[in-house]
Amino acid sequence: MVSFTLNGRQVSVDATANTPLLWVIRDHVGLTGTKYGCGAGLCGACTVHLDGKAVRACQTQASEVANKSVITIEGLSPNSSHPLQKAWVALEVPQCGYCQSGQIMKAAELLASNPKPNREQIVAHMDGNICRCGTYHRIIAAVEQASREG
Amino acid sequence: MTIAIKGSQEGSQVSRRGVLAGLGGMTFCLAFGTDGARLFSEAQANAMANAQVTPWVRIAADGTITILSAGAEMGQGSMTNLPMIVAEEMDADWSKVAIEMAPADASVYGYMMNNNVRMMAIVGSRATMLYYNDLRIAGAQVRKVLLMNAAERWGVDAATLRTEPGVVINPANGQRLTYGEIAAFGKVPAQLPKVDAKELKARKDWRLIGKGVARRDTPLKVNGTATYGIDIKLPGMVYATTLHSPVHNSAPESWNDAEVKAMPGVVGTVRLPNGVAVVADRFEQALAASNALKVAWKKGAAAGFNSVEALTRDYEKIHHDPNTKSEPVHTAGDAKAAFAAAAKVHKAEFHSDYGYHAQMEPLNAVARFNDAGDKIEIWEGTQAPDLSRTAVAQALGFKEEQVTHHQCYLGGGFGRRNGGMEAVEAAQIARAVRRPVKLIWTRTEDLAQGRFRPQSFQCLEAATDASGKVTGWRHCVIGDGGNALLTGGMRIGYYGVPNQSLELRGISHGVQIKHWRAVAHVFNVFAIESFIDQMAVDANMDPIQFRFERMGATPKARACFETVARMCDWKAARPQGRAIGVSISERSGSLGAGVAEISVDRTSGKIKVHKVWVAVDGGTIVSPGPAKANIESAIIYGLSSVLHERVTLKDGAVEQTNFHDYSLMRMSDLPDEMHVQFVDVDTRPTGLGEIGNPFIAAAISNAFHRLTGKRLRHLPFTPERVLEALKA
Repeated sequence: MVSFTLNGRQVSVDATANTPLLWVIRDHVGLTGTKYGCGAGLCGACTVHLDGKAVRACQTQASEVANKSVITIEGLSPNSSHPLQKAWVALEVPQCGYCQSGQIMKAAELLASNPKPNREQIVAHMDGNICRCGTYHRIIAAVEQASREG
Repeated sequence: MTIAIKGSQEGSQVSRRGVLAGLGGMTFCLAFGTDGARLFSEAQANAMANAQVTPWVRIAADGTITILSAGAEMGQGSMTNLPMIVAEEMDADWSKVAIEMAPADASVYGYMMNNNVRMMAIVGSRATMLYYNDLRIAGAQVRKVLLMNAAERWGVDAATLRTEPGVVINPANGQRLTYGEIAAFGKVPAQLPKVDAKELKARKDWRLIGKGVARRDTPLKVNGTATYGIDIKLPGMVYATTLHSPVHNSAPESWNDAEVKAMPGVVGTVRLPNGVAVVADRFEQALAASNALKVAWKKGAAAGFNSVEALTRDYEKIHHDPNTKSEPVHTAGDAKAAFAAAAKVHKAEFHSDYGYHAQMEPLNAVARFNDAGDKIEIWEGTQAPDLSRTAVAQALGFKEEQVTHHQCYLGGGFGRRNGGMEAVEAAQIARAVRRPVKLIWTRTEDLAQGRFRPQSFQCLEAATDASGKVTGWRHCVIGDGGNALLTGGMRIGYYGVPNQSLELRGISHGVQIKHWRAVAHVFNVFAIESFIDQMAVDANMDPIQFRFERMGATPKARACFETVARMCDWKAARPQGRAIGVSISERSGSLGAGVAEISVDRTSGKIKVHKVWVAVDGGTIVSPGPAKANIESAIIYGLSSVLHERVTLKDGAVEQTNFHDYSLMRMSDLPDEMHVQFVDVDTRPTGLGEIGNPFIAAAISNAFHRLTGKRLRHLPFTPERVLEALKA
């Protein structure tokens, strides 16, 4: 049994200590916005926030989040109102959309610590997140827009 | 689950059919026959129930218009695009349109391919291109019925009435009836009005087509609520993952069954034709058990296969062996005579490696039988729900009516999600364990069991006459995959070379291969356009001018070249250490000329692409935003494959295992600038999902030659190959 705070709500799940957080969130709790892409920390599709820091849920064990706070895409904002989500819609960033939860969570970590990043800082921060549809340029533009308007 | 979206901005997901069924209103039933799309009244449709007539357009009394979409949504926007075409001709109020995914029944919802076969497979950029005319006519018929009903109510001639979005208006007295109001009393005539192509809206009157209509799936894709196949959860569902034979399609002989079954949560193991599935209460348990599997495999067809040796040694032997079977792909004029009379003969050879789709969502499917075990439901995101349904039915010994397919969003397609393999596996596993099952392939399995863009060897020859014009053309492609996977892009109809001989020499390796975003265009266009650049250099001519004067570029091709030349200021000097290259490609009726500006790090061998310009003739652009996004996406997909991606097989097995050794392009490799422009034409829409991809390899290699005087002849242009080329 592991207890932690998920999107501001206390949850307890019947998962073993070494269960990847990804499956705890997706299957045990049932929030499916966090995606499985590689299972090896190589693509970033499963990025969530652990006590404010972006982590790969597939590489984080359930025991590591005990009594900590996890935020997923579903908890980033009510009603898609985070400046990044608004910019993502305005610039029509998503194509297949599968990687975008991870992209947005990774970008949210950046803006939280650096509200006005330049392009190089955005690229350096986001480089671990793969988008196979190739929306990278729109992601950069959307982060810049959110930074301006956020 | 069927994806249904209500409202234009909010993008909420509502359940299918039934939500609106209770509201009353008119139902139009549409079927595609050999004479195109036809609408039927509900009574008529009911009478035709056994003929599988299914409703496409429903108008509820509250004004909600539900339009079914046959556009599998994998990021290209077809789910929104196709209903928008219907809505345009209906003159519907787009904010009142709800979209539902069409059932997996190609006889009703398919587009017409060759040989009178209807298909729903959204492949080869076909969705808008092939549904466009039928959907416009269907929408216009609905509008006519609405007008007829309003005319009858008002006692006036329908021809005197007009429509505005969602409303029929009588200009004589200003009377108005909304489509919802008409639906409340209206009747669909037994014989639906015919619509002549001339009656369709003029381009100048379009309110939706060619305008900025937002994709309905976007809002769901920024807050985690878009439902992909992998997200489906059913009561009592168990989880499965599979271990397939490392050498493709070998049967399992035996495995440590007792050991695996004793692991925590394991429900059972299932023998598959080419693998072993492990089923558990939780996915992490299935994964752990799968990792513990030790399987003895039967010998597979590809046993001992070494892809590098085959490509560099065997393929060349095949080409030079006069006894190998040659399959003609296309002939024009008399190539033999042209070469015999040539003032000069030019030759070039090129290689290309296997490529993997790397769609972000690994293959998966959910399957559930009914209690009697004689019906099954499948949930998955697939490019071809019709093929998936057929494959599941065949595998289970069912009739198609026993299989219900629920389309979901696709986390990338690119040709991979098409054929129903994973749905069949999920069905087989669900039958064996008698529980609803979610099957998820791991990334490593998705890669090891890839269905690759085939590797190939290209041999080209051209004959030029005394004036330097290209009069003869020979192109031989060698590889595995036959006509379907190897010959696309060989035809150079956008040039005017009079004498041509295109041929295929095949070999079979037993390795899984498949369509891949523009497949053969990738390596054929690379070879063709690099070869032409080589001839232009030999002739000391500007490469675009060479294509105009010596290759006889068609007016359509010229327009693309001229547009892209303007876009990139073709003649302008480039910054120190940079050069540009040009290339052109046809795909699914579209034509695209592109230019890449690159630099090369001569120490590391790394190519950096700084800028890309592309001019596309894609016919009428139905949805400009997604159209541009599709081209941008294909440019990046192309760059990634050209600079990074390489699958190799050794001893019959794939050597790469995940994204650390199958590298995809990341944000830091992004060009500084990408410019996409559509040539303004009034012709029917053509495919746009792939046209941005095939030109890129030769644009880069031609720029590389201009920069270094060396030619790249093997895809991908890995740093090792670049360094090798620089040394040559």
